[in-house]
Amino acid sequence: MAKTYRRSQWSHGLFILPYLSAFALLLVFPLFWGIWLSLHKVDLFGPGRFVGLANYVRVFADPVFLQALRNTIVFVIVSVPSLVALGLFLALALNRTTRATSFFRGLFFSSSVLSVTIVTLIWRFVFIPGDGLMSVIFKHLGAEPIHFLSTSGWSLFSIGVATVWWCLGLPMMLFLAALQQIPADLYEAAALDNASPWRVLTRITLPSIARTIMLVTIIQIVMQFQLFGQAQLMTNGGPNGTSRPLVMYIYEVGFVRWDIGKGAAASQILFLIILCAAMAQYVVSTRKTEN
Amino acid sequence: MAANNKTYKPDALTTNPTLLWIAGVLSVVMMAPVAWLVGLSIKNNQELMLGTDSVFRLPYTAVNYLNILQTSRVFGWFFNSLVVASGQTLGVLVLSSLAGYAFARLEFPFRRTLFVIVLFGLAVPEQAVIIARHQMFNWFGLHNTYLGLMLPGLSSAFGVFLMTQFFRAIPKEIDEAALLDNASQFRIFWKIMLPLTLPAQATLGIFTFLHGWNDYWWPLISATKKDMFTLTVGIASSQTNFAQSEGLGFLASQAVFASLPVLVVYLIFQRHIVTAVSGGAVK
Repeated sequence: MAKTYRRSQWSHGLFILPYLSAFALLLVFPLFWGIWLSLHKVDLFGPGRFVGLANYVRVFADPVFLQALRNTIVFVIVSVPSLVALGLFLALALNRTTRATSFFRGLFFSSSVLSVTIVTLIWRFVFIPGDGLMSVIFKHLGAEPIHFLSTSGWSLFSIGVATVWWCLGLPMMLFLAALQQIPADLYEAAALDNASPWRVLTRITLPSIARTIMLVTIIQIVMQFQLFGQAQLMTNGGPNGTSRPLVMYIYEVGFVRWDIGKGAAASQILFLIILCAAMAQYVVSTRKTEN
Repeated sequence: MAANNKTYKPDALTTNPTLLWIAGVLSVVMMAPVAWLVGLSIKNNQELMLGTDSVFRLPYTAVNYLNILQTSRVFGWFFNSLVVASGQTLGVLVLSSLAGYAFARLEFPFRRTLFVIVLFGLAVPEQAVIIARHQMFNWFGLHNTYLGLMLPGLSSAFGVFLMTQFFRAIPKEIDEAALLDNASQFRIFWKIMLPLTLPAQATLGIFTFLHGWNDYWWPLISATKKDMFTLTVGIASSQTNFAQSEGLGFLASQAVFASLPVLVVYLIFQRHIVTAVSGGAVK
């Protein structure tokens, strides 16, 4: 009787039909429609003629796009290692179950549940010139306040600080989960050898969670490439576009200037970049099962 | 040996209390901006205009919070967020449970292929589909409606992925016994399987709710009428005319007010949220 149950039946597919229709209509179709749009000249009234890769050429010829691409890459290169290093440090420090450590874990993760709007509001209150917390501190120290949000370089830095503050919880939790998987006998052997804490860290702990470090890095690359809200709300990409990320470029081209073809082309480029990272994640996460 | 294991400290390095102290200092740095926000929210706007360092001095006031109750649109936005996030949560739970059950425990043609395609959906960032999706919703007049704000959340593959894992973990004997009683496939799902996944439903439900509540990008694009703003977009819109109209203290109190529900949910369901977030990312 169990055999009938295990047998392949079309009717069993009915269970996935509701989700599959949502998936097809809201994700698959727009994905291909977006690619189609990126190959056409489109205005507000609808798609026009086929223009091949002209939209992509226009995107790559646009200095604003190139600047946004460079900003995003700089942002990822700085923010991702910071997140990984801080997350790893916190996980190592809090890898025990006492009342204090679980309190700290909860606290460091708590910012992750806030919306980007709240996070940027909090950090604007810190960084705004004159009234911000930093200005108040600088004034008390007798130093010249820095205009964090409107100085080139500092603006992207400020966005990075807010982002690390916001996103720190996930890497920490993932590292903690990985640390708890390390077999205890490895540490017992090390204790028998009287290994120093530093040696234990570099010879046992870090090699054991190498795969997780890779995964967390890739996950963060994918997430930070999609930087948008922080930049839009804290600096609006300024000054002179020095803190404008790729997604903000897509938003401005597609929804402020309504150049749909060009916006669609730019979003496909972002998609390709993220897809590469996602592929890397897939390769890393399946590699272990083969061993 | 077993007793030995218990007394053994899992990581020699973490027994070092210095690390915990550094973490403590970091937590103060982490909380300082929040304390500053709360401080601003309980100060009179006029006093803040003269200098925000007055935060460190008495008197404090609840007037900004009372102003939220009386004047602002925040309550309307709050309600919109509640409707959208709840609708999404319900939709995702239904769709993901049905699909997860079938992917994990039933056989049907193209099961593997479809599952791989759905997994591929996890790699598609929202930005890649946003322009086409905006056009589609335009054709059907879905912008500035609750339905329009809810629908995109339903396509997320994350829930299906999570529920498939949970359904796989249930022992095979349970539904095989039910099958001997000639129960229909849907009855087995509804009466036997679903109750077993209640903890998983809670995990996915809370996660989806938070996600919907915090979403900024789609409501920003889809909701253009002030009445249809969600809380995130609404607060963002009053942020843009920073300080000039309503005052820093009032703005800060709005931020505190808007983050309270999320923090309460977090405090109550911390374990579920951490499970959902870390389970989905690693496996």
